[in-house]
Amino acid sequence: INHIVHNGGLYKRPFNEAFEETPMLIAVLTYVGYGVLTLFGYLRDFMRQWKIEKCQNATEREEQKDFVPLYQDFENFYNRNLYMRIRDSWNRPICSVPGAKVDMMERVSHDYNWTFTYTGRVIKDVINMGSYNYLGFARNTGACQEAAAKVLSQYGAGVCSTRQEMGNLDKHEELEKLVARFLGVESAMVYGMGFATNSMNIPALVGKGCLILSDELNHASLVLGARLSGATIRIFKHNNMQSLEKLLKDAIVHGQPRTRRPWKKILILVEGIYSMEGSIVRLPEVIALKKKYKSYLYVDEAHSIGALGPTGRGVVEYFGLNPEDVDVMMGTFTKSFGAAGGYIGGKKELIDYLKTCSHSSAYATSMSPPVVEQIITSVKCIMGEDGTTVGEARVQQLAENTRYFRRRLKEMGFIIYGNEDSPIVPLMLYMPAKIGAFGREMLKRNIGVVVVGFPATPIIESRARFCLSADHTKEMLDTALKETSEVGDLLQLKYSRRRLVPLLDRPFDETTYEETED
Amino acid sequence: MDVKGTWSSLYWLFCQFELITCSYLMEPWEKVLFYSFNLAMAGLLLYTAYVCMAFHLSSAFQLLGSFLGNQRENALAVVK
Repeated sequence: INHIVHNGGLYKRPFNEAFEETPMLIAVLTYVGYGVLTLFGYLRDFMRQWKIEKCQNATEREEQKDFVPLYQDFENFYNRNLYMRIRDSWNRPICSVPGAKVDMMERVSHDYNWTFTYTGRVIKDVINMGSYNYLGFARNTGACQEAAAKVLSQYGAGVCSTRQEMGNLDKHEELEKLVARFLGVESAMVYGMGFATNSMNIPALVGKGCLILSDELNHASLVLGARLSGATIRIFKHNNMQSLEKLLKDAIVHGQPRTRRPWKKILILVEGIYSMEGSIVRLPEVIALKKKYKSYLYVDEAHSIGALGPTGRGVVEYFGLNPEDVDVMMGTFTKSFGAAGGYIGGKKELIDYLKTCSHSSAYATSMSPPVVEQIITSVKCIMGEDGTTVGEARVQQLAENTRYFRRRLKEMGFIIYGNEDSPIVPLMLYMPAKIGAFGREMLKRNIGVVVVGFPATPIIESRARFCLSADHTKEMLDTALKETSEVGDLLQLKYSRRRLVPLLDRPFDETTYEETED
Repeated sequence: MDVKGTWSSLYWLFCQFELITCSYLMEPWEKVLFYSFNLAMAGLLLYTAYVCMAFHLSSAFQLLGSFLGNQRENALAVVK
């Protein structure tokens, strides 16, 4: 409500983000649950070691028992004692296109999730709330599929070379010009794999003697790319601009650690939408800081391209900013375009440099032609250049679905993290037994959701993540909401105490993380 | 028919207990072990409560009774 006035008028629209604090009783009970499971984990490990029980997990060979132990750390303990018990909620095989409804293969386990067998039955028309299908381009019929089939018959499926050798097709050039026009940048380059785009290109941009300021909750690909580059990495608190400014000030004032020389480059790594929290980056403030302290900005729009903004051009358009302010705009085609691969957009010199010096262009096979055609058709559809208003309608439908779904879930009393406009909806579960129970109960009611626990989230903050799509009709959303409410009552998941207020842009003191009126 | 309602709400409470203590995830023999440990602990607690509390409560009532009795006698003495 007061958002627009603060921060020097940087925000043209209200920025509503909230992360309700974990209720104390729920946190205590979650620890109780984990304590019980840990005790039973120790008991089972004891029994496995003394051969009372058959050992079905990976262990060292007899000859290696005196060497440094391989499976004694917490991750492996968690894996064999906690993850195995709820493993049936993950890796579920699907056997149709992952659109708004999907077919799943039914599987059962007779030895408590150590092995699975397929019953042969297919669960049809499960409402798909787990696939990243924001604009509904994951289809096996329609204009995209026909164009891709035509290109497949013309070019085949494999490229059989890297970009720099013989793998540079005219389709790739066409796609790159189209992506650059879509984003509003000078030039763009596409890669075959989204993860590899991040991890192989950050080392090409920064090196030793440079500083990387990366958000706490950045994706594994950004972390891997930052570590591979050899630059110094400093972490700032999630979406916290005061923390970022403090780090920037310290970097400029003190310089490199021992020699006190100025840093060669300072690169800020942020994401457009963070997929585990559903929060949107505070881009106007980041750009203002970047300009003030003369550093570079790298935005990973994997989840926000196509999903945010009035015409689907991503987080830059959502805030009404100039795309030229962001130095490196990276994104993936996996989520909103129904394809695979990633892109980097920016100034022409930057892209020319990456074309010669990036690991991905020199060693990785380039994108497959039918996939390229799928992206070309879907981008043209979003931009409206195919002569219809289908793209625009889908972007608006996604925004409506997001607002409706989030509002209804909050009214029911669940704790929902993240920004009001993000199509990723994390619903907090907290207790380990409820992770498994939620996944199973929702599948019984024909809804497929993704549940997330440790190590992707902090150990007590496990959640169920809904990914909305423009393909979800209101009836599907209503069914999903009704079933979620039922399961929420059954499992007692409606923890919200409704004390939260939208995040106000007032000076942040480090003692509070939740914006409640005290 | 009230019995049915009570049974189903008790069963629901038991399910909540199972979810919170993660016995929902355990194999049957683990559940037997866990519940027998819990019942043994609860039994011990009740026994301790019965033995100690009964003694303490009766002695506390006696003390209270003696206070009231003494006070009444003293008041009469002052008035006199």
